[in-house]
Amino acid sequence: MAATQAEILEGLAEIVNEIAGIPVEDVQTEKSFTDDLDVDSLSMVEVVVAAEERFETKIPDDAVKDLKTVGDAVDYILKNQA
Amino acid sequence: MTAKIQPSQGAPYARIRGVGGYRPTRVVPNEVILETIDSSDEWIRSRSGISTRHWANESETVAEMSIEASGKALADAGLSAEDIGAVIVATVSHFKQTPAIATEIAFRLGAGKAAAFDISAACAGFAYGLTLAKGMVTDGSAKNVLVIGVERLSDLTDLTDRATAFLFGDGAGAVVVGPSDVPAIGPSIWGSEGDKSDVIAQTDSWEVFRAGGQPETGKFPALRQEGQTVFRWAVFEMAKVAQQALDAAGITAEQLDVFIPHQANMRIIDSMIKALKLPEHVAIARDIETTGNTSSASIPLAMERLLATGQAKSGDTALLIGFGAGLVYAATVVTLP
Repeated sequence: MAATQAEILEGLAEIVNEIAGIPVEDVQTEKSFTDDLDVDSLSMVEVVVAAEERFETKIPDDAVKDLKTVGDAVDYILKNQA
Repeated sequence: MTAKIQPSQGAPYARIRGVGGYRPTRVVPNEVILETIDSSDEWIRSRSGISTRHWANESETVAEMSIEASGKALADAGLSAEDIGAVIVATVSHFKQTPAIATEIAFRLGAGKAAAFDISAACAGFAYGLTLAKGMVTDGSAKNVLVIGVERLSDLTDLTDRATAFLFGDGAGAVVVGPSDVPAIGPSIWGSEGDKSDVIAQTDSWEVFRAGGQPETGKFPALRQEGQTVFRWAVFEMAKVAQQALDAAGITAEQLDVFIPHQANMRIIDSMIKALKLPEHVAIARDIETTGNTSSASIPLAMERLLATGQAKSGDTALLIGFGAGLVYAATVVTLP
């Protein structure tokens, strides 16, 4: 069954926490990955790959460039999950 | 009529008999890189793990560095140049198209009659050469093969490109592959993905210069790459290839002593270790910190340093994987010399 918006945010927060060491509660929809959460471009790739596995979706490199905020990523996954 | 042709007789198996390396004398710290790009030492270290690299001077040519590394590899193997039946040079930074630099190296080493040729397989060049050498030793076309990975990537570096100016280094690494009574080089898992040929590449073709035109970038050709795409491919796709090489060799992660990936970027190395779930006891090559990315030279240089510093020892079981522009890749498990 497809994940809800809240479930995706929760899952993404866990992933970001594991990869970049950011506290789960800091990962909010309006936060920018690079500016607010200090997730650099290479960590972002790891986050994306982990999210692909968890939510059974594909996030191509071209799309990754447009995922500026946590909310962008949640919306993308919500629309594109299997 | 079809006459009967005698088959060639090779050794039952092949092994790496000796390894040697050459690092240029000039050590270049990040401060020097920062003279031409807007970045910081902290940024370079956190993105690449590189603190210093070696850049060749005018006299440290592709041939000179190769001869130095090869001499050490021969000494390590207890062999002399006359014992070498073939010389394979993997490089992308020898700027004379023909003849192959391998012939000059063979002649100057004293292995003048050896078969000699260059191969172009970028950062997988050494692992490709090792695969060829194993085949040559076991089919009998050469008793001992010298495999050299050598680069002067400083000649192909755009010092104003923030994404790559800090990345590349120069150097040479060589191994001697010879006969063995027991399997000591496992099956190679190798291949290419030409649909991604533009992900890492030289900026302009030499043809632009031949035509007398101005290259698009307005500069001498340099290496450029799409960092995120390469990172994703290198970590996640290459971890699968590395695992296949382990499986093909019948080696478990527990049995592995050493992991020597191409020294592309420390972050790639760290993430590959995670993806492969390598146990704590496995020694990891982290030569990139003080050597930079030396493309085809990186694996033998890292191997030599691990052995020289005692982090690895002769007889250890090591997983090697090279990957780079092409895209191309090759992975295999070996017994260290």
